[in-house]
Amino acid sequence: MSQASNNKLFAKGWMIAVYTFLYLPIITLVVFSFNDSKLVTVWSHASFRWYEALVKDTALIEAVLLSLKIAFLSALMSVFFGTFTAFALNRYKRFKGRTLLSSMSSMPLVMPDVIVGLSLLLMIVSVQHWLGYPQKGLLTILLGHALLGTAYAAVVVTSRLREMDSKLDEAAMDLGCKPWQVFTLVTFPLLTPALVSAFLLTFTLSFDDVVLSSFLSGPGYSTMPMVIFSRARLGLNPTINAVATVTIIVVTIAVIASSFYTSYQERKRRREEAQAYSDTNK
Amino acid sequence: MATTAKENSKPAQDVLLRVEGLTKIYDGTVKAVDDVSLTVTKGEIFALLGGSGCGKSTLLRMLAGFEIPTKGKIFLANQDITNLPPYQRPINMMFQSYALFPHLSVWENVAFGLKRDGMPKDEIAARVEAMLSLAQLNKYAKRKPHQLSGGQQQRVALVRSLAKRPQLLLLDEPLGALDKKLRETTQLELVNIIEEVGVTCVLVTHDQEEAMTMASRIAVMSEGYFLQVGAPDAVYEMPNSRQVADFIGNVNIFDGVIEEDEADHVTVRCAECVHYVGHGVSGHSGMAVGVALRPEKIILSKEKPKGDYNWCAGEVIEIVYFGAHTTYHLKLDSGKVIKAQELNNTRDLSFGLTWGDRAYAQWNDLAMVVLTQ
Amino acid sequence: MAKNQGLLNKLLDGRNAVIGVPYFWFLLLAAIPLLIVLKISLSEMEGTQVSNMIDWREGWPKLTLNFSSYQFILTDSLYIKTYLSSIKYALITTLLCLVIGYPFAYFMARSPKHLQPMLLMLIMLPFWTSFLLRIYAWKTLLVSNGVINNILMSLHIIDAPLAMMNNSFSLLLGMVYSYLPFMILPLYANLSKLDLRYLEAAADLGTSPFKAFWLITVPLSKAGIIAGSMLVFIPAVGEYVIPELLGGSSTLMIGRVLWDEFFSNYDWPMASAVAVVMILLILLPMAVYNKSQAELSEGKS
Repeated sequence: MSQASNNKLFAKGWMIAVYTFLYLPIITLVVFSFNDSKLVTVWSHASFRWYEALVKDTALIEAVLLSLKIAFLSALMSVFFGTFTAFALNRYKRFKGRTLLSSMSSMPLVMPDVIVGLSLLLMIVSVQHWLGYPQKGLLTILLGHALLGTAYAAVVVTSRLREMDSKLDEAAMDLGCKPWQVFTLVTFPLLTPALVSAFLLTFTLSFDDVVLSSFLSGPGYSTMPMVIFSRARLGLNPTINAVATVTIIVVTIAVIASSFYTSYQERKRRREEAQAYSDTNK
Repeated sequence: MATTAKENSKPAQDVLLRVEGLTKIYDGTVKAVDDVSLTVTKGEIFALLGGSGCGKSTLLRMLAGFEIPTKGKIFLANQDITNLPPYQRPINMMFQSYALFPHLSVWENVAFGLKRDGMPKDEIAARVEAMLSLAQLNKYAKRKPHQLSGGQQQRVALVRSLAKRPQLLLLDEPLGALDKKLRETTQLELVNIIEEVGVTCVLVTHDQEEAMTMASRIAVMSEGYFLQVGAPDAVYEMPNSRQVADFIGNVNIFDGVIEEDEADHVTVRCAECVHYVGHGVSGHSGMAVGVALRPEKIILSKEKPKGDYNWCAGEVIEIVYFGAHTTYHLKLDSGKVIKAQELNNTRDLSFGLTWGDRAYAQWNDLAMVVLTQ
Repeated sequence: MAKNQGLLNKLLDGRNAVIGVPYFWFLLLAAIPLLIVLKISLSEMEGTQVSNMIDWREGWPKLTLNFSSYQFILTDSLYIKTYLSSIKYALITTLLCLVIGYPFAYFMARSPKHLQPMLLMLIMLPFWTSFLLRIYAWKTLLVSNGVINNILMSLHIIDAPLAMMNNSFSLLLGMVYSYLPFMILPLYANLSKLDLRYLEAAADLGTSPFKAFWLITVPLSKAGIIAGSMLVFIPAVGEYVIPELLGGSSTLMIGRVLWDEFFSNYDWPMASAVAVVMILLILLPMAVYNKSQAELSEGKS
């Protein structure tokens, strides 16, 4: 066998091994969610027993609903503040304290969750002591998730802003747009895809978070990851497999659909560009 | 500056744009534009020519309103617009690489500025149609910018900036994004459209050919100020300084001293030869000057020319073939290297000179410019 | 003229709002909280009442510097051991991710162009599904009566279950598993942009493919290596969930110590001091990361 085909074989093997490593646990989760046995790890026979248990598990269902609510609201907040951050850092290159803003905005990205959670909780407790408000609960979890999400959303929006020609803003102004019209008529429409992906990313982050929520939640506010975490700490629980399978299926469908959509758009665009060039060379 | 004084005496109604002592200082120290004054008359195409960082773009951006001048005033039709924001100026700009809105169709791009003015819908439609037919783009109206070729995008950008019928059109490197072959045809189309509309233009470019072919007047810029302002041929044939002579086209510069200084001629003694210049020069004998001589004004031969003036001898050290012409590099006895350009007016490529040959360069007494600055 | 001035002011106001909103947001939720952590780490435990720790009434702020928590950290060998072991695990995780991820990213960047979006999506997909659930899944695989042991035993490859759970093996496995995409993505972004003509030039100049890899590809992907390593190392140092679920009691990680000080011992000054020291430890890698990112974005423009 030749050297080149040996190399190719090695590359393929390596890639398959890594993908197996990444997907083995996910596949196991899904397979054993259909296992009838109470032991999560021993296969008996297929059943929907744990899905029935899941539907009756009101604590978990409530937690899922709370998580969805928090994820939706915090993603909205993240996109809002993240867009502001990205604009401040990219549209204004020189202002006092720019470095401070940029390092503050990347702090939640690099700080371990436990530190972010601890510091936010201590801040909220101080404010509470001072003003008697807010109580730990929905609002405090929201703030925590929105802080983390803002940092991520800022990264997503920034990368789009960088690609965008700042000349477009000037062209709009040159043609008679007042500054706010520049935003509504030019910048915002061009930014929409980035805002959508920032929303999806921060939604997922919030839906997934356990550490910040644990620090910031109060009695009566358990998110889905908090419930799963506390059960997983105690041991294995087939209902978790069932809820995992449901989320995995939803996410997979969403991700695959969106990636097909983007690659379709990209192909269409390329075709049209090629068409334009061949038109003019006729 | 002599030119400015002369222009200021023009009747006021002809002057569209007047710039007085315009200065832009960045970060308190960097002078991007340094005390520039200029006037542009109606219907003129005025080019700002210079290398990168010479301040031409900053000057243009101040005219458009994207930069606020540190000092100085801008008047458009005798109205002070120095502090007017860009969206209130009756000035439009065609941007470098066009800045077409990618999410809007060609039609919407052209209509964009008109809609901001609150023009009635049917008038907008009529104006956009007229603009698109001017640029022969009617059948592309529904397309998005990325579905157009470079030349088409360029025309959309042009008519978009013309749609509002601006008093002044600014063009930022209008042909910079096109490849060389496409440039020539596009340049003609561009000038035709501009002339048809009859709009006054200020054009920024680093390409001297673009400036010379499109503009009626050129300002050569360097380090934030104007080196020379004049018609293209005047700037080329009568540069007022070494920098201008050097920037516009190729040039050989001889250093020398004025010997005879008469009303109808001067002679300049250089290390390589003696120049006999067939017209008077504002200078005096004994003055150190430079003599600029363009390569295409030199005639090469193998025979030693007669007379004492306007020739020199050297060895051919390099021959560069360009197709339409050939450039010879001649190493003179003083060690100086000059370039001479010969037209290839026959298909016989063996001009007779080859590497290592001794050759004589000669020129007539009106070929060179004496640079006193 | 006055009208123009007003418009200029409006422009400036817009600018102030755009800068002011995120500034306020991050000051309130990022900077001030960290300062409070610092402040509380320097106060003394007097019961668990916060009111005793932060006293706003007697001037701002009533700073009774108290280093007892830090003293405790420095004298109690358990803390130092835990910090060192956190760094050790984070370093090993980073190295393993690099060793596994670099060839992977390299092969991915060299695979057929039309396959690359799909390969990339397959790397991102686990990232979109719950991290917690994926860690939990490893638990079901690794425990002594878990899936792997059951399969191996039923195939008679082993007689007694392997001890794969609640030790440094399971901890590292979980960490590498979770952070591998963070290594692969920046490396792939970097390697896929590598101009293949460099390698052709190297070959043309007489370099063997293996040598060209070390002399051209690796140095040119330095930015990706640094970015990936920092994205793995920094969060790995403070990881809490993975050691809690997979690490067992024998593996020492500082994130768990912080959690326990806070939630079990209610010792807020101690938890804060642990956090402050942790921040100091990751400050250097963070600076390295920021510098490499800044260089990257400068290179782009």
